Parts: sequence; C-alpha cells; structure tokens
Amino acid sequence: MDINDLRSAVTVAAFLCFLGICVWAYSRAAKPGFEEASRLPFLEDDEPMLANDHTEGK
Amino acid sequence: MQTEATYNYKVVRQFAIMAVVWGIVGMLVGVLIAAQLVWPQLNFPQLGEWFHFGRLRPLHTNAVIFAFGGSALFATSYYVVQRTCHTRLFAPGLAAFTFWGWQLVIVLAALSLPLGFTTGKEYAELEWPIDILITLVWVAYAVVFFGTIAQRKVSHIYVANWFYGAFIIAVALLHVVNSMAMPVFEAGILTPKSYSAYAGAQDAMVQWWYGHNAVGFFLTAGFLGMMYYFVPKQAGRPVYSYRLSVVHFWALIFTYMWAGPHHLHYTALPDWTQSLGMIFSLILLAPSWGGMINGIMTLSGAWHKLRDDPILKFLIVSLSFYGMSTFEGPMMSVKTVNALSHYTDWTVGHVHSGALGWVAMVSIGSLYYLVPRLYGKVEMYSRDLVTAHFWIATIGIVLYIASMWISGVMQGLMWRATNVDGTLTYAFVESVKASYPFWTIRVLGGLLFLVGMLLMAYNVFKTVAGAKPVDAPVLAPAHA
Repeated sequence: MDINDLRSAVTVAAFLCFLGICVWAYSRAAKPGFEEASRLPFLEDDEPMLANDHTEGK
Repeated sequence: MQTEATYNYKVVRQFAIMAVVWGIVGMLVGVLIAAQLVWPQLNFPQLGEWFHFGRLRPLHTNAVIFAFGGSALFATSYYVVQRTCHTRLFAPGLAAFTFWGWQLVIVLAALSLPLGFTTGKEYAELEWPIDILITLVWVAYAVVFFGTIAQRKVSHIYVANWFYGAFIIAVALLHVVNSMAMPVFEAGILTPKSYSAYAGAQDAMVQWWYGHNAVGFFLTAGFLGMMYYFVPKQAGRPVYSYRLSVVHFWALIFTYMWAGPHHLHYTALPDWTQSLGMIFSLILLAPSWGGMINGIMTLSGAWHKLRDDPILKFLIVSLSFYGMSTFEGPMMSVKTVNALSHYTDWTVGHVHSGALGWVAMVSIGSLYYLVPRLYGKVEMYSRDLVTAHFWIATIGIVLYIASMWISGVMQGLMWRATNVDGTLTYAFVESVKASYPFWTIRVLGGLLFLVGMLLMAYNVFKTVAGAKPVDAPVLAPAHA
C-alpha cells in the first residue's frame, strides 16, 4: 500500500458518490423538495415598483 | 408589509453600475490592443513603455474578467441570495467593504500592470500586495454570502446559490494556492516584486490548474448562478428540470478541477497528466450541455416571448454561445487538434466566444433585468436601445470569432507546413503578414461590441438619472 492506492480509492469513492447523487436526484423521494425549491424565485412579486412605494431606508 | 425590513440593494446598485463602467473600460483597452496589432504606432513608443501591447494585454484581461465580470457577479449574487433566502444581506458593513475593496483592487491593477509590475502568470498577474487585498475581500464576500444563506427564512437553498457558493469557495482556493510567492528584498527592503513558490513544470501545472478553473468557476459556475435565476424570472416559469440542475452542478464540481493540463499539451508536463486533462475536458461536454439545455428548455412553451423581449434574447443567445464554446473547448483539448490550434488565434477566438458570447451576454441581460428594479422603474429607459444593443453585440461577436477561426487555422497550417527536404515552408513573419486582414476584422468586431456597451451606458444613465433608489421589502417567511 502506498499513497497511490489511497489516491485511486478516493477517485473511485468520488465517482461512486457522484453516481449516488444522480440516483438520488432522479428518485421519487427528492421530487417534492425540488418542486418546492424551483418555485423559490417566484414566491414573491418583484415586478418593478414605483419609487414612492418604498424609498431607501434602513 | 413592514417598511423597515427591506433588502439591501445599495451594494447591488453600486456593483451593477460599476459593472457597466468597468465593462466599457476593459473593452476599450481590448479594442486598443486589437488595433495595436494592426497599427503598431498605437503602442505610442514615443511616450514610453506604458502603453505597449505587452503591458496593456493583461490589463484588458484583468479588467474584463475581474472588474466587469466580477462586479456583475457581486451584484447579481447579492441580489439573488437575498431574494431567494427571503432575508437581508448578512453583515452589511462587510458587504460595503467588498465593494470598496474590490474597486481598490481594480484601480491598483490598472496602475501596476502598465507600470510593469507582473508575476507573469496569466489571469494572476497582480503582485503579492494586491493578492493579499484580494484574499481579504474574498473572505469578506464568503462571510456575507454564506452568512446570508445561514440566516435564510426558507428551508431550501435555491440552485443558483449553489453555483454562486461553489464559485466563491473555488476561487478562494485557486487564488490562495496559485498566488503563493516569495517577495523580493532589495538591500533589506521589501519590494512589490515576487517569485512563485513553485518551480518548473509544477509551477506551470499549478498555474493552469488555476487558469482553467478560473474559467470553470469564475467564468462558468458564477454565471450559471445568474442563468438559473434570471432566465426563469424573465421567462416567467421555473427552470426546466430542477433535478437536472442538481446533477449539472455536481458533475461540473467533480470534473472541472482536472481539466487544466490541456493548456500544457506537448510540454514538459508528464504525458499521462496531459492525457488525463484531455479526458476530463471531453467529459465536461456532458454537464456543460446539460446545463445549456436546461436553461434553453426553460423557455419551452413560451418561445414567442423571445420574439419581442430583448432581455430574453440576450439570455438565450448567451446560452447558445455557452453551448458552442463548451463544444469547441473539449474538441480543442484533444491532443491532435491542439497540435494545430495551440498558440494560434483559434484559442483567442474560442476564449472570446465564451467571454463575449456567454459571460458578457448573460451579464448584460441580467443587468438590464436588475437596473429598473433597483431604481423603481417599470423598465429600461429605451427598449429599442436594448434591442439595438443586442444586435450590434451579436454581429460584433460573430465578426470577432469568425475572423479568429480563419486566422487561427491558417496560422496553424502555415507553421506546420514543411518542404520535401524537411525545412519549414513559411517563416513566422509570413504568417503574421497573412493574419493582418483578419486582425482588422477583429478590431471591427470588438469595436461593435464596445459600441453596444456605450448604448447600454446611455440607456442605464437615462433610466437611473433622477430616479430614487428603491429597496424592495423582504417577503414574510414562507409557509413551507
């Protein structure tokens, strides 16, 4: 065993980890959370508003 | 809605305006050095060495990448992280420090590079005192960004923030490792000059590990963060596939770090390292195109919006250029292709198809989205000027990259041509002479792109002039 075995092992572990992420991302369990997350930019109305509504302040 | 709780838009406004200013400065220097290659007297040798191509070229790259691109990334990331976490920016004082600190870095770069202070490392030319300042600003940036995420009022971290976060962490790592250097003492006094802590092939490898990941994380991951927020917002629909965006993110993270060696094909770098860099560059095609498809397909079912929305035009065309240059890049990393393309104008064309087509176009689109919202306007002063900007910029890019493709392939073929007796068919200077027409077309393409930016500056000025800065109210915590 030398340092290169460790390097190979880490590479393989990283690849398996990535495969795990892919399986998880396309699993049924992840779906509702993703749908919720994908709506995050739309939870609030940020259409441009007129200046007299909210002026700069702390 | 309470009036006291508003998002911190001040720092967003500052960075957004400076992105336009530095964009014009950086691109102006770019047009000047492009013109120097055609008309050498523009080096102004009678004035001294300060305006020579060799001094101004790193000024151009630093200004467009770090001053223009950097300001656009700061502005959009601060905007997106607040709005998708439903909370104000963490540590507003530090956020203000990142703005003024970053502007100081830019000014110091603009002074020190023409004066000849350089480490000679591409995209990392700035000397050690400026490198330390960059590190401080970057740590403050990380504290503000991740602090904001930590105090979020929603359970999920939106995918755009993952990309911005990866960009911030990776750039910190790259900058610190590649900038390790030993300052020079002259007669016992510390000077701004330094030498790299690494030697020989290792130094080259560290430099291009940095260099390619500057492309991968500064110029890609950060701007993908922009894409994942502003494309859905402008299209008015959620991203095409959120699960694809998760795989896209992790695939990029696992792959990009390894691609650097393709900058060192046929050098003293060990052969296996070169092949490794090439393989990982080829793999990168998959996540890159996955991301591009995810962005473009967000518009599916709403394609008609592309017809009359110039902001969407900018965003979607930027993704097309992203797809083009992330196809071209892996091809150029193949060693046999690289044997033809390396050191030619083809590389310059490839970089600009990414930098102008992808990075600049997605930033410009996002800034056109942002500016009215930051100043309480319904839309930009002139929509027609935005449309004009889009077409002028697009024509400029096409002229730029097409001329560089032709001159690049021509140079590669001329340099490798040999006579029957093994001697070179062409002297180097003959390839220079043959390149002049294409370099002239390049000046024209760059000039058009710069004109587009000037239109933008005018349009932004008219939008902002007399307008009151507006900070939008923080949304009440989501129920979910």
